[in-house]
Amino acid sequence: MALVLNEEQVMLKESAAGFLAENATVAHLRALRDSNSERGFSDDVWGEMVQMGWAGIAIPEAFGGLGYGYTGLGLLLEQAGRNLSASPLQSTVLVAATLIGELGSARQKEALLPAIAAGQKLVSLALQEGPHHAPQQSALSAAVNEGDYILNGTKVMVLDAVSAHTFIVIARTSGASGEEQGLSAFLVDADTAGLTVERRSLVDSRSAGALVCDNVRIPAANLLGDLGGAWVGLIRSLDIANIGLASELLGVSTEVFERTIVYLQERKQFGRMIGSFQGLQHRAAELYAELELARSIVLKALQAIDNGDQDVSLIASAAKAKLCEVAQSATNEAIQMHGGIGMTDEYDIGFFIKRARVVQHTFGDYNYHLDRFAQLSGF
Amino acid sequence: MSDLNQFRQQTRAWLQENCPETMRQRILGFGDFYNGGRNPEITHPDQKLWCDRMADRGWTVPHWPKEYGGGGLSAEEVSVLGQEMTAIGARRALDSFGISMLGPALLHFGSEAQKLEHLPKIVRGEIRWCQGYSEPNSGSDLASLATKAESKGDHYLINGQKIWTSYADKSDWIFCLVRTDSSGTKHEGISFVLFDMAQEGVTTRPIKLISGSSPFCETFFDNAIADKKNLIGEEGNGWTIAKYLLTHEREMISGFGAAPKKSVGQLALENMGADASGRLCNSILRQNIAQYQLDTMAFGATMARVGDESKAGQGLGAASSIFKYYGTELNKRRNELNLAVCGESGLGWEGEEYHQGAISRDWLRSKGNSIEGGTSEVQLNIIAKRVLGLPDA
Ligand SMILES: Cc1cc2nc3c(=O)[nH]c(=O)nc-3n(C[C@H](O)[C@H](O)[C@H](O)COP(=O)(O)OP(=O)(O)OC[C@H]3O[C@@H](n4cnc5c(N)ncnc54)[C@H](O)[C@@H]3O)c2cc1C
Repeated sequence: MALVLNEEQVMLKESAAGFLAENATVAHLRALRDSNSERGFSDDVWGEMVQMGWAGIAIPEAFGGLGYGYTGLGLLLEQAGRNLSASPLQSTVLVAATLIGELGSARQKEALLPAIAAGQKLVSLALQEGPHHAPQQSALSAAVNEGDYILNGTKVMVLDAVSAHTFIVIARTSGASGEEQGLSAFLVDADTAGLTVERRSLVDSRSAGALVCDNVRIPAANLLGDLGGAWVGLIRSLDIANIGLASELLGVSTEVFERTIVYLQERKQFGRMIGSFQGLQHRAAELYAELELARSIVLKALQAIDNGDQDVSLIASAAKAKLCEVAQSATNEAIQMHGGIGMTDEYDIGFFIKRARVVQHTFGDYNYHLDRFAQLSGF
Repeated sequence: MSDLNQFRQQTRAWLQENCPETMRQRILGFGDFYNGGRNPEITHPDQKLWCDRMADRGWTVPHWPKEYGGGGLSAEEVSVLGQEMTAIGARRALDSFGISMLGPALLHFGSEAQKLEHLPKIVRGEIRWCQGYSEPNSGSDLASLATKAESKGDHYLINGQKIWTSYADKSDWIFCLVRTDSSGTKHEGISFVLFDMAQEGVTTRPIKLISGSSPFCETFFDNAIADKKNLIGEEGNGWTIAKYLLTHEREMISGFGAAPKKSVGQLALENMGADASGRLCNSILRQNIAQYQLDTMAFGATMARVGDESKAGQGLGAASSIFKYYGTELNKRRNELNLAVCGESGLGWEGEEYHQGAISRDWLRSKGNSIEGGTSEVQLNIIAKRVLGLPDA
């Protein structure tokens, strides 16, 4: 497949850019933060996204989606990154819908995917337990009891935790921590007895939270995929999720970079534009080169999913690691090149660095994915 | 018994007698430092008592001459006093910009009358000072500053704006760079004046940082008045004083690069675990941390070497020019690694479980280290031009 967007994709990208620049900008995020928004996104804006079909962008038409594929979703996430638009695109559309598609039975998909596409249901994955992404170390336990499962344990970094209607909880039904076998996925409704959802406040002012399962009883019908066999579908979904997050980071990085270039052409010191200092010019030019590489690897990764490549792990880790690296330097350089004003809350640049680090961390950071990239490359 | 030993005995006894028990507790945060002033902020009433007792002997600023209220101690005595205070965990009795910044400038450039007027009040913590340097349009190019001071007989009329004025909202007086003449080059025509903040023409507005609330303010002057007897040095000679103080400030900021108590590598091991051979489980992070720790060690050795060379009478070598640059860049690296090592627990912003975002706020605040006190780029320009002698573009 040629590494270019087709006409339909270009139109999608442009309409997304237009809509978000109007309705879900950094100023909107600031307002959500300053009003201590519980959900961390605007229901009205999300309602309009649903109207435009975004909630089902990558869901097959057979299940009520648009069937634009992940390249389409990636374009939306990139624009969301540019504007720091808060919505359940990541939690529900990118991660949960993908995981349900990978693991769900025909009945489960029919029950859930059309509801997601119609914006009736928010679903979120509950995976991480410690300070770091370490899926095979999942230890939240699910014990069999009279044909049901009893869940006990804690999860963190659950995106949109307070808004989700349903969680996909990864639990250990057999085996020991560190083993890939023995992990199962359960659908757990937010109002299930014994489940506590805690809103957590992270630097990006969004709405990741924690789940505490205290003897949560789940019927066997809520098992998503095979008992003890969630691993392969989970990993594929995480690979796709990381490619989506890399798209968002591409948007964040491109936007801070462009804002910085504008500033270099506005700000005067020593009687000249600061952009005329070669020390800054070279760093900006290097970043530009890195951003070009970043854009290519993200597009290549998105296309790999849509091509139906069976194994996207290598390209997923490549894209995530590269975008973590580029986002880190783009956001750091943005603050440094803005000088003091970049350190103030009144100025918007700070919101980008905050969001970038949370996205970088989510489902494995630079260190995790570069290490995994080396392993998958066979050394 | 040598004089110094005798001094030690007497000091120990005096401290034992006079340092309140509460002032021997560990400092818990910036709020615990005592800064004095007309309306001092205190976390404990003993802060003022302790400051007064120390100030009576001039020991809040032990190295300043006695005639200006200081302790008049020799360098050896100052270090004995420091050792004895450390031995019982005694806090410094007073911290202020008056001591660290204005005082040295006054001692160097002030008239006898100015020293007698201002230094004793600094020693006693009666007046709290802030520094008016940066302006919105004059940061790296500080010498282009535009706050105007018009001569009106015995006083100046001051109009303009300062930014990044630490504790302006809590300070009593300001030492301020103003433009008294705009006919010559930008470095000429700058003057260093002192004036009272408690007047109608002065207002302040706090600055919120990306890391949260901060001591910094914007400070606005609208026909503020400065008495000419508080012009330090000659009119138009302010830049010399400013440069003298900037060098001072840069040395303080580079201290941020000092190694933390628990190494990042140790913390990583605790948070992430080891492989079978005891190595940190992630090889990429391991290398990055190792590189950081090595550089920290080499930086520490460089500071020590430069210090020793200077003590050995070889002067402050050119290597000292790298301190501000390297120290602050190291601190940013440490914070970035710390964030990676702490993972989710480092990304918190509010709430008990995240200690109100201590890790992420430190990380965000560290980004300012390579901007405040002269940006890294400005430091590198200085190295390239003054140390390496490279030509201008
Ligand atoms: C947290 C914090 C605390 C501060 N505390 C104080 C304080 O206590 N007192 C005080 O007076 N000021 C303080 N400042 C202000 C500080 O000194 C200035 O922010 C700093 O000098 C940079 O100026 P600026 O912000 O105007 O940035 P600018 O000078 O506009 O710089 C923008 C960018 O251009 C670069 N640049 C500028 N000139 C050159 C050049 N010639 N070559 C290459 N690159 C260049 C800079 O390095 C920077 O990356 C503080 C600032 C911060 C962020």
